[in-house]
Parts: sequence; structure tokens; C-alpha cells
Amino acid sequence: MVAVKNHDNGSKNPLAQFPVKISVEAVLNSVLVADPLRILDCSPITDGAAAVILCPAEMAGKFKTPGVRIAGTGQATDTIALSSRKDLCWLESTRVAAKKALAMAGRKVEDMHFFEVHDCFTIAEIMVMEALGLVPKGAGGKAVAEGLTRLDGKFPVNPSGGLKAKGHPVGATGVAQAVEAVKQLRGEAGPRQVKGARRGLTQNMGGTGGSSVVHVFEAM
Amino acid sequence: MPTPSKHWREIPQRYRLEAGKCTRCGYVAFPPRLVCPECGNREFAPVKLAETGTLLTYTVVRVAPGGFEDEAPYAVGIAELADGVKLTAQVADCAFADLKVGLKVRLEFRKLSEDGAAGVIAYGYKFVPA
Repeated sequence: MVAVKNHDNGSKNPLAQFPVKISVEAVLNSVLVADPLRILDCSPITDGAAAVILCPAEMAGKFKTPGVRIAGTGQATDTIALSSRKDLCWLESTRVAAKKALAMAGRKVEDMHFFEVHDCFTIAEIMVMEALGLVPKGAGGKAVAEGLTRLDGKFPVNPSGGLKAKGHPVGATGVAQAVEAVKQLRGEAGPRQVKGARRGLTQNMGGTGGSSVVHVFEAM
Repeated sequence: MPTPSKHWREIPQRYRLEAGKCTRCGYVAFPPRLVCPECGNREFAPVKLAETGTLLTYTVVRVAPGGFEDEAPYAVGIAELADGVKLTAQVADCAFADLKVGLKVRLEFRKLSEDGAAGVIAYGYKFVPA
């Protein structure tokens, strides 16, 4: 369901690597990579680039295009080896990074209008949803199936199509999330625009969550 | 594929399961570390890992990373050993249908990979059903 939803969003993104819709049947019938993940559960590795221009907030008004404010930033680490984690089903680094970023922005996670997260694999998006506090632990999969994270849902996740459909140009992936946040907050996201988006959150991570970075963006 | 020098440095842990036990708080670090992640102590006493454990999770790798292409499909799991240390290794000699969480496993000394026809053969540990 995560892959289907992200390809749905990606089909509306002219810069996506795989801007095609897929069905649940196509995911379930695709070849196994590592059980139970199939090829359509896995993000691709992509050639791509992304860039942002940073400036002090007081300068932002001097440019022709409207600025977007970085309201909060947070970073946290966990053990590098998955085997050393206290809980294999929990991304503690994402929870801590989000807590820091939201505290800096003076916001709650429910205040965010969209989320761009690191869906390197479908299960990763579900675990990130839970670590961010969008749903309780273990409730992420069901919430996706019920449409919570669709473009028109309560918490739209990966309007860009995510790593899965937009592509995963590893080193450029984090900045590409910021680019999507800027487009959404400027109202320039076209058919994948989250209506009335004023605030958004991006979450990126390395390895199996050994390091996570979260940013909160706000329209100016 | 580990380089020969990296592999040589890892021989104590790969061949003999040597870990470091923190002399202050008892945390067992495997692979051995210089600083205890729990209490910051820098002194460790050498200990040998337990050789038996219980499988916590597993997968069957069907599309293998570089160096392991010829071995796919193969099982990889994380097991908690009798001394509480958790580690990742291949699960050998076990039909995929018999893999399950809670499976009792034992660490065995096995050939891991071969670095070309005239290269270094890397040995280490794999899980096998106990």
C-alpha cells in the first residue's frame, strides 16, 4: 500500500524517476529481493541532483520567489548495527530527531501539513510514521491501508512520490526532500499539491536508521 | 569483500569469537570496542562469546550484494546468544521453510568468501540449527 500510494503521488511528479501507477497485485507478484520485501517494496538507486539556496531570513524578501523558513532542525543517532538495537521494530533516532526539530519550531507533529520521509523500503515509511508519532507503534500499516497518508488524507506522506517513485539519488535525497517541501509551501506542486500546506516536515536517515535528520519548514 | 588487511585484523573475533567485557559495567562489546557505549569506560577484559543462541529475526537474501552473487539465495538472521550478545550472520544448513523466530542456533566456523582464484579465503562464523 505504501508503494502504491507513493507511485500514485509520483505519477503526478514530472521529475519522478518512475512516474507510473502500480497496483497492489503488481507489488505482491513482483520478485522477492529479501523476504518479505519484493522489488516493488524497494526504492531504486538513482542518478539525480538537488539544490537549495540558503540565506538569512531577513534577506529572503529581496528575492522574486517567496522564501521558505527552516523553523526547526534535529539530528540523532542510534547503534549502526541493527543487531545492537534494543528493539528491532523501532527507529529511536527518528523519534529523537523529530522531537528536537519540532521543539525548535515550537510545533507539534499534528501541526504539519505534509511529510517527506525516507521510504528506502516500504516498511521504513511505516516505521518512520510510527517514530514521528503519526500513529502508535504497530498501527502504521493499517493506517496506510485506510488512507491516512494519501495526498488527501489527514497526514499526507511523500507527496513527491518518495524515494520509491521519485527516486533515491542517495547523496541528493535529503536536499530533494527540502526541494519538495519548498514547492509544496509555495503552492507550486501542481497536481500533487497538498491543499493549504503552510508547514511541512522532512525526515532523512542513513544506514538502517543509525542516523536521522528531521527538518521543519514553514511558509513565510 | 573485506581487504586482506582488514580481514587479518578481525581474525580474533571472526575465528575465535573474542569479545570485550567492560570491567566497570559488564557490557559485552562484539566486535570489541575501545570505549564502552554504556558507561564510557576504556578497559575491557577479553571474553569468548557464547556459541548458542536463539533466532530473533531472519530473511532470505535472493538478490545478493557484490561478492555474494553466487551464493544467493541464502538466509541471514539476527540471534541473541546465551550471554545476551546479539549478532548478525548467515544461517546455514537450514531449509528456508524451517527458518522461524525462536529457532535454536549454534555458531559454527565456516568459509565466508573467496577473494578470486589466487586470493584470500575469508573464514568466520555462521549460524546453524542447534
